[in-house]
Amino acid sequence: MPIFLEKRQLVTPGDLIAEGEYVAGENTYIEKNRIYASRVGIVEYETKKIDVVALKAFYVPRMGDVVIGTITEVGFNGWMVDINSPYPALLRASDVLSRPFKPQKDDLPQVLDVGDLVVANIISYDRTHDPQLTVAEPGLGKITRGQIVKVTPTKIPRVIGRKGSMISTIKQETGCNIILGVNGVILITGKTLEDEQLAMRAILRIEEESHTTGLTDRITQMLKEEKSKREETK
Amino acid sequence: MNEKSEKLIDKKGLRLDGRKPDELRPVKLQVGAITNADGSAYIEQGKNKILAGVYGPREVHPKHLALQDRTLLKCRYHMAPFSVQERKSPAPSRREVELSKVIRESLEPAIFLEYYPRTMIDVFVEVLQADGGTRCAAITAAALALADSGVPMRDLVAACAAGKVEDTIVLDLMDTEDKMGSADVPVALMPNMNAITLLQMDGTLSLEEFESTVNLALDGCKQIYAMQKEALKTKYVSVKEEEKEENKEEAEE
Repeated sequence: MPIFLEKRQLVTPGDLIAEGEYVAGENTYIEKNRIYASRVGIVEYETKKIDVVALKAFYVPRMGDVVIGTITEVGFNGWMVDINSPYPALLRASDVLSRPFKPQKDDLPQVLDVGDLVVANIISYDRTHDPQLTVAEPGLGKITRGQIVKVTPTKIPRVIGRKGSMISTIKQETGCNIILGVNGVILITGKTLEDEQLAMRAILRIEEESHTTGLTDRITQMLKEEKSKREETK
Repeated sequence: MNEKSEKLIDKKGLRLDGRKPDELRPVKLQVGAITNADGSAYIEQGKNKILAGVYGPREVHPKHLALQDRTLLKCRYHMAPFSVQERKSPAPSRREVELSKVIRESLEPAIFLEYYPRTMIDVFVEVLQADGGTRCAAITAAALALADSGVPMRDLVAACAAGKVEDTIVLDLMDTEDKMGSADVPVALMPNMNAITLLQMDGTLSLEEFESTVNLALDGCKQIYAMQKEALKTKYVSVKEEEKEENKEEAEE
């Protein structure tokens, strides 16, 4: 029962990774007891389970995910939200108002209009129905200030880092509050625009170099250098 | 064929452009040629120049076209008006509509369409310059663009044609050979599955000839597949290489 490839090797769709009693993890599939890659990515495995970490993929909704979306349409009793996935999400009016929705009294575009950004949680989704969102939890709702960065959804775990090491470094060094949407949209709110831009640059660099090793150290170094540079100019 | 026309294969057994009968035209592949698309690829095969762009999976418009159990794969093959000697009308011709269907059907088995029902994937193929064998080059480029876009796939699809020119079986026919020759067999292959997804024939071949033609075309597909993999890897490895050089420079300092 051999594995044909070493860890962290680049594979393309259709590449044979292993043969025998293995479990096909993410971005792989089994045919006749053989495991193949289904996306361009890097091979990772632990004892029995074989994964391919995709270098590029789109976001597929999952229940419980925190996402950041854009309102695209105001409907009769709710909104359509673009959450950067193949499926549009629904946000119901009664959920945002946290009381029954009265069409005679409530003016939906005044609450949320097309183009507004929301942080929301996915409460239901299956393949036969479009995902439904909720904002009735602390920390969720309309975004009023901050910067938005978009990255490939597969890179979000890299932005978080091992046990949150990467994200906490960025938060510490820049003093910004960062909300990560699992759909690849990141919200950064800081005290000054400069702080926010520094955090943005760090995140974009992570996306670019996500498949390399020793990234957390390099990002920390970059943030420190930038900060000392700024203090000098002051 | 008129008598004035030169021989398609000379005394040494070489073709008009100096190739051996079983030799491909020079192929250049590039992944990620269009930044606006979710995935894209560019191919140059001899004088052929083709761009492929992939969008999706995304919402279906108009909505009634959506399939409840799988993704709708849409494919458009189009030749630019300046892609051939005589201006080609930009409106889709009968041939282009057919090729769109042929390309779609040769890509369908390679994609996990059942993963994302009620969505669609758009594949656009734009021929900038044509010199025979564009459907094969288009399939090669489209498969690369799909892989680049992050659509889950069973395998890549590589395509290549073979045919008969003046009683010789030749690989990868160019325009003149296609028009003056006696047969053309385009083949698309999923190399790891060892499955043929496209097999057409234009002209006449005996059973034995057909068999050796298909085998030659499959050989060509495998050569192209190796180049496809190389192209996909280059896109991502190039970042890694830069990284290494940077580190080296730092170490030297």
